Amino acid sequence: MIYRETGQFKANYADDQALFPIAQDRYVVIAALIVAFGVVPMVLNQYWLNAIMLPFLIYSLAALGLNILTGYCGQVSLGTGGFMAVGAFAVYKLMVAFPELGFIPLVILSGLITAAVGSLFGLPSLRIKGFYLAVATLASQFFLIWLFNKVGWFFNYNATGMITSPPMTMFGVIITGPEGSPMAKYFLVATIVAVFALVAKNIARGRIGRNWMAIRDMDIAAELIGVRPLIAKLSAFAVSSFYIGMAGALYFAVWLGSAEPTEAFDINQSFLVLFMIIIGGLGSVLGSFLGAGFLVLMPILLKNILVDGFGTDSALAAHIEIMTVGALIIIFLIVEPHGLARLWRIAKEKLRLWPFPY
Amino acid sequence: MTFFIEVTLSGLMAGVMYSLVALGFVLIFKASGIFNFAQGVMALFAALTLVGFMDEFGMPIWLAIIGTIAVMIALAWVIERVMLRHLVNQEPIILFMATIGLAYVLEGLGDILWGSDVKMLDIGIPQGASDWMLDTFDIYIEKLEIFAAATAATLVIFLAIFFQKTRIGRALRAVADDHQAALSVGISLHTIWVIVWSVSGIVALVAGIMWGSKSGVQFSLSLIALKALPVLILGGFTSVPGAIIGGMIIGVGEKLAEVYLGPFVGGALENWFAYMLALAFLLFRPQGLFGERIIERV
Repeated sequence: MIYRETGQFKANYADDQALFPIAQDRYVVIAALIVAFGVVPMVLNQYWLNAIMLPFLIYSLAALGLNILTGYCGQVSLGTGGFMAVGAFAVYKLMVAFPELGFIPLVILSGLITAAVGSLFGLPSLRIKGFYLAVATLASQFFLIWLFNKVGWFFNYNATGMITSPPMTMFGVIITGPEGSPMAKYFLVATIVAVFALVAKNIARGRIGRNWMAIRDMDIAAELIGVRPLIAKLSAFAVSSFYIGMAGALYFAVWLGSAEPTEAFDINQSFLVLFMIIIGGLGSVLGSFLGAGFLVLMPILLKNILVDGFGTDSALAAHIEIMTVGALIIIFLIVEPHGLARLWRIAKEKLRLWPFPY
Repeated sequence: MTFFIEVTLSGLMAGVMYSLVALGFVLIFKASGIFNFAQGVMALFAALTLVGFMDEFGMPIWLAIIGTIAVMIALAWVIERVMLRHLVNQEPIILFMATIGLAYVLEGLGDILWGSDVKMLDIGIPQGASDWMLDTFDIYIEKLEIFAAATAATLVIFLAIFFQKTRIGRALRAVADDHQAALSVGISLHTIWVIVWSVSGIVALVAGIMWGSKSGVQFSLSLIALKALPVLILGGFTSVPGAIIGGMIIGVGEKLAEVYLGPFVGGALENWFAYMLALAFLLFRPQGLFGERIIERV
């Protein structure tokens, strides 16, 4: 009886087409926003904000991006790390060249640059499908990382090959690099993620999102009913890369502060983000957040339990950790292959009837 | 000209080494439609176990190899029992992600059991340059690479006989063709999967021995899986000859690019060149060189 839509009448088209047509959904979203912007910054200390909330939000953004491509449009991509690197290096070059533009426009610009690169690497998807495409996207991963390692222009010819984020301010507060306060960083990232999560939800239910889903479900049938695969697939690559590029920019400029392409953006990043969307739920905005939260929190928890709880030495703990992560992933895929978002959906069904069984 | 031949030959030999890894992928993909990302880690795990048996238990080589084969078969049985059995009928991407999880587990397990330091593997494969080739044709080739090529050839012949002539081989091909039809004529899918994972475990052991003798047994061995992927898409996921020929094309292309193109762009091409080469091939043949033609119906 808690989650029941009976009695919520729609009197006009605007109500009917609202982003969250059911009142309870609206309350949940508003509550989540209040928690994110009101409660979390008050309750959590600097360590938690910096070590857990920032990576959680940034990976959520990346997972949203990959979910658009893989979950909504059905194109498996293993190039996420490479696209994040594009975003990071784009924002670095822009921050050095045009610091007067302000940080948020620069992040959006670097997202757009990544979108252009992403649609270029999305071109093979018109010809190649399935796992052949997944492996082909690895080409972008390795090529981009190699490019950022070898071409000095990208890291301004410094000797180490690392990029370091110059301090930038917003409303007089430093928000990038190691000097920035975790609180300001948190508010910045949370705002960007919240806005673009709503945008993603909106795109996904609109015409373009429906085109993607048609392509995902069966591309030949979609083509026959008039979805143009060229536009649908490339737009999915572009929008997805836009999100991933922004995530990469924030990952480098706000969270890490300095980055080295082979370390920070290697293939394990691609797998990590892919795991997030599989465990969270393919084709679900909520799932991207759940998956990111699960995979950011779990290793930290495991490490704390092993090292602090049992006093395991850290080298052995690292091995046990990677083993446990792998095992948990397998267990998860066996128990709920549709991800955490599916559990939420089942819970909503139950809540609709509760306390009655039928 | 001699230099060109030398580069080409060493590329061919390196390609055969990639093929050894790609073979394991093809076997599993053919029989179960699973894209097994853990193949590289399986090679690492097999090599680690072999070295562990030889060094820590002081077994002779032949006993250690038999022991490792037994371990790989047991591993295949456990994988089928714990993982595959519960993932029947899932989407390919879910199975793929599960094998990545498996790769993590095996990596951690190998390190916990045998330690993560670099180990030398010496089972008496001849090392150094081949004198005969050097004297007769003035070409430098590693003996190890010739040995690897010969092993790969033997392996492929064995696999071909196994697939074409034996009862189990026929069952394997039936399963590869159509799971349901195979089930309906009384072939047990579970047994077949154990067998196929065992066979690819043994192939992984061979690959692990070759790569381990070449560059020591260490974590980076598992990264050869990434080298084998372009070989796979070039040759086609379902073709054993494709894996061999794809490996050679990739090996030669990579070496030639490194030698003749590398100096102009700053080197380290080998990380991505193979992928770009495979991608270029795919644009003309989306199912790989020898892959089965993809027929799509609405």
